[in-house]
Amino acid sequence: MPDSDKRRPSPEELLRRVQAEEDFARRGRLKVFLGYESGMGVSYRMLDEGRRRMQRGQDVVVGALQASRDEAVTGLLREMEVLSMLPNGAPDVDAIRRRRPSVCLIDGLASRNAADSRNEHRWQDAEELLDVGISILTAINLQHIAEKQEQVAAILGRQVDEAVPEGFLMRADDIEVVDSPTLDPELSELREIALVLAAEVVDAQLVEYLKRHGLDQTYGTHERILVCITPRSNAALMIDRGRRQADRFHGDLFVVFVEQSALSYADQAMLDKNLDAARQAGAKVEVLQGEDAVDTILQFARREAITQIFVGHSQRAGFWHRLWPNPVERLILESGGIDVRVFPQGETGKQAVR
Amino acid sequence: MVAAEGKLKVILGYAAGVGKTFRMLEEGQTLKAEGCDVVIGYFEPHGRQDTIAKTEGLETVPRRIIEYRERTFEEMDTPAILVRRPRVCLVDEFPHTNVPGSERAKRWEDVLALLDAGIDVITTMNIQHLESLNDQVREISGVQVRETVPDWVLKRADEIVFVDLTPGALLNRLDRGVVYAPEKAHRAKENFFKEPTLAALREMALRQTAHEVDLRMTPSAPREGEARSDSASSGDERILIHVTDSPSAVGLIRRGRRVANFLRADCFAVAVVPGPRRAALPGDQREALQRHLDFARKLHIDTRVLDAEDAADALVAFAHTNGITQIFLSKPRKPNFRFFGTKQLLAMQVIRAARDIQVTVVADRQTPRT
Repeated sequence: MPDSDKRRPSPEELLRRVQAEEDFARRGRLKVFLGYESGMGVSYRMLDEGRRRMQRGQDVVVGALQASRDEAVTGLLREMEVLSMLPNGAPDVDAIRRRRPSVCLIDGLASRNAADSRNEHRWQDAEELLDVGISILTAINLQHIAEKQEQVAAILGRQVDEAVPEGFLMRADDIEVVDSPTLDPELSELREIALVLAAEVVDAQLVEYLKRHGLDQTYGTHERILVCITPRSNAALMIDRGRRQADRFHGDLFVVFVEQSALSYADQAMLDKNLDAARQAGAKVEVLQGEDAVDTILQFARREAITQIFVGHSQRAGFWHRLWPNPVERLILESGGIDVRVFPQGETGKQAVR
Repeated sequence: MVAAEGKLKVILGYAAGVGKTFRMLEEGQTLKAEGCDVVIGYFEPHGRQDTIAKTEGLETVPRRIIEYRERTFEEMDTPAILVRRPRVCLVDEFPHTNVPGSERAKRWEDVLALLDAGIDVITTMNIQHLESLNDQVREISGVQVRETVPDWVLKRADEIVFVDLTPGALLNRLDRGVVYAPEKAHRAKENFFKEPTLAALREMALRQTAHEVDLRMTPSAPREGEARSDSASSGDERILIHVTDSPSAVGLIRRGRRVANFLRADCFAVAVVPGPRRAALPGDQREALQRHLDFARKLHIDTRVLDAEDAADALVAFAHTNGITQIFLSKPRKPNFRFFGTKQLLAMQVIRAARDIQVTVVADRQTPRT
């Protein structure tokens, strides 16, 4: 959704931008190949890219390998410079730093190093190399991403203890998915999680790119749903539908309340209950402050690149309500490229939450 | 004996040059090595040497020459493939529009004919050609994609596989002249081939693939080719889209269809026209309305035309009779002033009348914003 706002950047903003440019220029580039199960050939894809870069004249070395490797991988390795690893099985970070290639391949990213190593985890070795300006190509499977392990374990019924934090992936300059169809329902679930994770990384990169180039715009690439609740609204239904829609679209859910003065005790209790329910549903919950509820909601919606606003509508509409635009009408008219889903509320609007 | 329907595999990408055709041919080669009877039904070389090399050893059914307006065009020879009857047929560029004079308007329709004859098909397409994403794609890229594939056709695919390449690597390939000849590469950079545009398209393709995986995993989800919207679906939502002659109706229909797909909801499209005035509608309005209803039907949405004076009342009454849970309407343009006695917005009339039904007012993505 190109929604460009041609404002003049402040000095702080310019400084931040220069800083971001410098950090970007100094650090090595990280590229991650992501698969959803072992044996899908992520290592092969990583090595294949390393070889192609070598053929194009880049200085590429292999810094770390996995203990087990198949024939195809072994074949590729014969064409490449492979640095020996330490006797304890950890990558020889000092040797790599001395050798100073422009690109270093690190396989088995989730491996835990032996107790006497400088870094506890191999991904920290990669981080250290990135910091000194060496670019990294690496390969990882979904089950090795710390934040996804609980979910994966629930699906596969087995636990893996080696892990890389998701934040490491999120900082990757490039992520490439190694996708393959499967008829197995469990693997399908893993595949779906891996694809959505990759989409999130790509989204983070897009936001980063726009920031780095000082572009103030957003793209409606995924659904971001904003549920606006009041003490009186049919919040349970709205949150439930918001959660469902966010899940089906693999999107994000926000729930906000615009602070009102002097809520009655009963209303405050009801509101707290609703906000709690929102947190339980995994929504990002915020209490907003502003003179005008519609403006406040729309400001938040634009800042968070919301694609759809859920709002309740009271049926208590008399003559005066029809004469002047009511808040829902204003929200509809002033929300530009955002969809508005209106939920009936009050006695007539009560629906059971299934 | 009727042959079992062929299986469809779609290789999905987010731009030209990510390696879809290469992947298709590679799969063809693997199948052939396994002893499977594979032919190339259509292949677009684009002058890419590594891709052309992948066709080596694969049988190709020659293209058919079609003359149109004193020019010759080459299309896939569907009748010849049906006669040849391979086990698997490779068909590049699924969304392609055939030249007038072909039996079918679209290549995807040719593919459906092959599947009906029991031939498995492996085909390629980019995400920007998916019908329900058309408005979003235009917003992101500024490009109005004309060749689209309805979502129900993609849903019919047994397998979808995403071919990934980073935008950086793709732009690199473009600069090295691997994707297009220099002249065309230059033009490509004016539209899709900008880094943020590619990133956004790629994100959409990843999310769509995740959605397609999700759909195929849930056994209760009916395949739309088999079950039309009047049959029971797994969701408990039923969506009604209000169709008008306004240009915004097209985007509204796409959006309603997309939401219905994701929520696995039944979907209806309803136009309201007062009977006596229907004949009196100006020709262009009547045509536009008809076009929009046809468009909805092409997306496998059941359509109705209601004869009533008051659109809000008619929509709500229809919704109540048909167990509709959500009504989709176009967002009105913002009026500058609101005078006493000004006619109420249709959206507000429906919201006020629809006491137990949700109303979704869809933003107009049809009009390009400045």
